[in-house]
Formats: sequence, C-alpha cells, structure tokens
Amino acid sequence: MITVKELTKRYARTTAVDQISFEVAKGQIVGFLGPNGAGKTTTMRMLTCFLPPSAGTAKVAGFDVLEQPLEVKRRIGYLPEMPPLYPEMETAEYLKFVGKLKGLSGADLRKRVDYVCDRCAVADVRQKLLGKLSKGYRQRVGLAQAIIHNPAVLILDEPTAGLDPKQINETRDLIKDLAGEHTIILSTHILPEVEQTCEQVIIINKGKLVATDSVRNLQARARGAESVLVEIAGRNGALEVPIVQQKLEQISGVSRVLCKQQVDSRAVFEVESQKGRLVRGDVARTVVQSGWDLNELRPAAMSLEEIFLQLTEQESTEAQKESPASKESQK
Amino acid sequence: MRNTWIICRKELDSYFVSWIAYVLLTLFAAAFGFFFWTLVTVFVVEGMEMQMRGQMYPMNLNEQIIRPLLMNVSVIGLFMIPLITMRLFAEEKRNGTIELLATSPIRDLEIIIGKWLAALILYSSLLLLTALNLAFLFRYGNPDWKPLAIAYLGLLLQAGALLAIGAFISTLTKNQIIAGAATFVVCLLLYVFGWVEGFETSTWAHVLAYTSVATHFDSFARGVIDSKDAIFYLTVIFLGLFFTARSMESLRWRS
Repeated sequence: MITVKELTKRYARTTAVDQISFEVAKGQIVGFLGPNGAGKTTTMRMLTCFLPPSAGTAKVAGFDVLEQPLEVKRRIGYLPEMPPLYPEMETAEYLKFVGKLKGLSGADLRKRVDYVCDRCAVADVRQKLLGKLSKGYRQRVGLAQAIIHNPAVLILDEPTAGLDPKQINETRDLIKDLAGEHTIILSTHILPEVEQTCEQVIIINKGKLVATDSVRNLQARARGAESVLVEIAGRNGALEVPIVQQKLEQISGVSRVLCKQQVDSRAVFEVESQKGRLVRGDVARTVVQSGWDLNELRPAAMSLEEIFLQLTEQESTEAQKESPASKESQK
Repeated sequence: MRNTWIICRKELDSYFVSWIAYVLLTLFAAAFGFFFWTLVTVFVVEGMEMQMRGQMYPMNLNEQIIRPLLMNVSVIGLFMIPLITMRLFAEEKRNGTIELLATSPIRDLEIIIGKWLAALILYSSLLLLTALNLAFLFRYGNPDWKPLAIAYLGLLLQAGALLAIGAFISTLTKNQIIAGAATFVVCLLLYVFGWVEGFETSTWAHVLAYTSVATHFDSFARGVIDSKDAIFYLTVIFLGLFFTARSMESLRWRS
C-alpha cells in the first residue's frame, strides 16, 4: 500500500530525513517510532504531499507523491499533530466542510458525517463550536475528519499526545477498530502504545531508519538470550566485584556476567545464560553460599523501551565514532 | 471550480460568523455616512446660496457628490482591505488548518482564488451599503447612473488588486497583526506613489506614479472605462495571486 524508497528531506543546514525505505502492506497498523525530532512528522508530511521530498520516492496505493499528488491525497486521511480545526466552526459544519473538500457531496456526505460522528463518539458535540471542545473531543473530531472520505490509508501523527489515560485508551481502541478497513501509520514516542496497537514497527532516529520489524520479532530478538538481574550486597561493607563475577561465571549455563552498577557494597549484575537454560536457582545458591546477601533477583526481559533505547543509542554512538567532527558542525 | 466555491463559502461563513463582517460593515457605514452627509450638505448650501444670489450655474450630482464620494470610498477601502485580508492565510497557518487544506485533493490555486473571491465578495457587500445612501440621490435628484456604475467597477477592480496583494502578504506570516499592518502600509504607499509626479519629472517618478493604484482610478471615477487602467488592475490582481501561489509553494519547501 505504501512504498517508500530512500526518502530524504534536506533543509538548508540539516537533513531531517535521511534515505528511509520501508513498505507497509494493506490493512496493517504500523507504529512509527522515534524520539522527538527524529523526523517522524517530516516523513508523514512527505507521505501526505504536504512537503515535497528532496530525494527518493514515496508511493501511496501506487501513486507517486510528487507526480500525482491529487490521487495520493484522495486516498489519504491525515491527522496532524495539532488537529486542524477551525475554532469558529461547529463540529458537524466542520466535518461537512472537510467532506466536501475531499470530494463528497449530497446524501453521501450527510451519511458519512453521521457515520464518523458515531464512529468517533463526537455525536453529542455536533452543534458545539470546535474552539470550545476539550482536548479529547478535539482529537476525536480530528480523527473523524481524517476518516470522513473513507481513505485507504490513515496517517496519524501522535494521535494520543496530550490526552488523559482514559482518553488514550479510547483513542487506541478506536484506532485498532479502524485497522480492519484502513492501512494505518501512526507515529508516537510512547512505546507501550506501539506494543498495544501496532503489528509492525518502524524505528527512526535522527532521520535514519534504525529498525523495521514486527513487534513480536523485535521482542523475540531482544529475548534471544535469557538474562537475569541480580543485586548482591557484601556482608561487612565490602564487595569484590571481580570475585563475584568469577564465581557467577563458573555456574554451568552462564555465558556472560556484566556488572551494571555498583554502589558501596552493593552491585547489580546481569547474568546472561544460554538459551533454554534456567540458571536462577544456581545463581541464588552460589551467592548465598559465598556469604553474600541476595537483595534482588529478577528476569531481565527487554521491553520495547529498552530495545528502542538500545537501538537508538547504538546508532548515535556509532555515528560519534565515525565522525566526531561532522557532529560538532551540525550543532 | 467546485473546490474554489467550497473554499469561498467557508471563508464567507467565517467572515459572517465571527463578526468580522458586521464590524467592518458598521465602521464602513459610519465613515461613508459622514462623507455622504458633508458632501450633500455642502451641495445643498451651495445651491441655496446660488439661488439667493440669483445665479443659475448648472449643478451636477455626479460631479459634485458622487465622484468625490467614491474617491473617499477608495480611501476608506485602504483601511478596510488589510482588515479583510490579514486573516486569510495567517490564521490558517496559526491554526494548523493550512495542513488540512494542503493535504486535501484540491489545488493551491483553487484555495487562493476561493479566498480572494470571498474577500472581494465581502468588500462588495461594503459597497452595497453605499447604495443605501445613494438611493436618496436618485429619489430626490436625477444623477446619471452610467458613470456611477463605471466608478463602482473601478472600485471593485482597485479592491481586487489590493486584496490580491493583501492575500500575498498574509501568506508570509502567522501573525495577523503583522500581515494587516504590512498590507496597510503597502496599500497606502501604492495609493500615494502618484504624488511624486507633482514635484519630480524624471523617468523613475513616472514609473513610480504608474504603479499607484490611485492614478488609475481617476478615469473610472470620471465615468470612463480606460482599457489601460483596467488592464493595470487586472495585471496587479494576476501578479498578486501569482505571488500568493508561489509563496504557498515555498511554504511547503521550507516548513
């Protein structure tokens, strides 16, 4: 449905999006993930034909964003970060206006307005001025506006930003609900959101693609080796980290032991084991038998958050190594 | 065409829903009423004096009331036009609704012409108010309607040109006050550029004077359609809208 090839957006001094390529299949929900300023909004704006790309191509439903923007726009519903509302319009009037802009008219238009009002739960504010709506309603009217012409592709830029937890849940449910009919790209920097709503993740950082995979694969990738976090304290105010490390490494099944942090006589170790070997019991026994206190022992399953941090940090440290000079000049 | 009308309707709705139109209509009616009252009073007093002295010079409503009155209207227009155009694009940029328009299946040109047309219709509704006062002249006098119609055409053309310039300036900023102030100064300068011909005869003065919207209005005010002047206004309208389109495009490249 969406094919992006080496899409690039350069400004005078910065490159906001740098040669991103990905594909989205029909009917998928894709989470577009990245820290603030990573280039999510810019990429979305290029997909919606709001910004022309500097290089590369993007196709939506087979139409190029540069060559046939009108065809692309007909097939896209877009909710920008700030819902594009006219404060002096009433909800129904606004939805009618947007519907007309997207090419609807007559009975069709009335039917769609009724439908999206129902669907996005804004029917009870139909006659209210948009400027007086609460944040949650504004967001939902924005969503209603995006789906009014029943577009094949929905592009949502941080659809849950600034909502309260209840509204966030409602919005997520609504988006999941819409997924059957539309192909959805939604951007966010909130990770649980992606885990809960999306099937596929595209992670970008500083304009570059870091990873693109299904949520399950990413989690599996991170859990490739099982690891446990162990917090150990020395009995009489001292703890020899190398000795602990050595002892833990001697346990059968343990492949690697890392000291993650140390404060006085307490230290946290990450004990990685070979796949399928449970070493927790042995670790606990070894620690106690060696005369140390076992303060904590928990599995270190990587959340998407850690994967994300890991991936984005890796990327930036590599970049620093490559060209410290060019980074300086960018600042 | 349909899209242009959708945008135009939306703009008119927001003018007439948000009180802008009514405030402008009221202010305009007040200013116009004052000019009308003074001109008619002078006319009547002069007429009575002449009668008392037994002189019978021909008096002409068109020359003595309507022409100076419509000249005044074009001056009031200078103040009204920035107020009409300042919000056209600046407000869309501030609300973020420009993103909605730009990602809808509609051409930039349709957006621009729709907005300009709405501004012109609002200005026309101001002119329509003047008909109320002028109706009295037709009721109690016998002015010639043809030069009057031509003068109105001139006013519309002049307004169309200034509105196009205002629309362009409105695309340059998010801030309505800045857009309005800049439009006012540009309109004012375009109005008074004609004055340089009064004290300077070199070529640049003639060129500068030619760019003045006021010098091109004289023929219309006299009731003559001079194609040269009509073409001047049409050119400015075209250029204004053209630059608006370019500015909208560059907005996309930059933002």
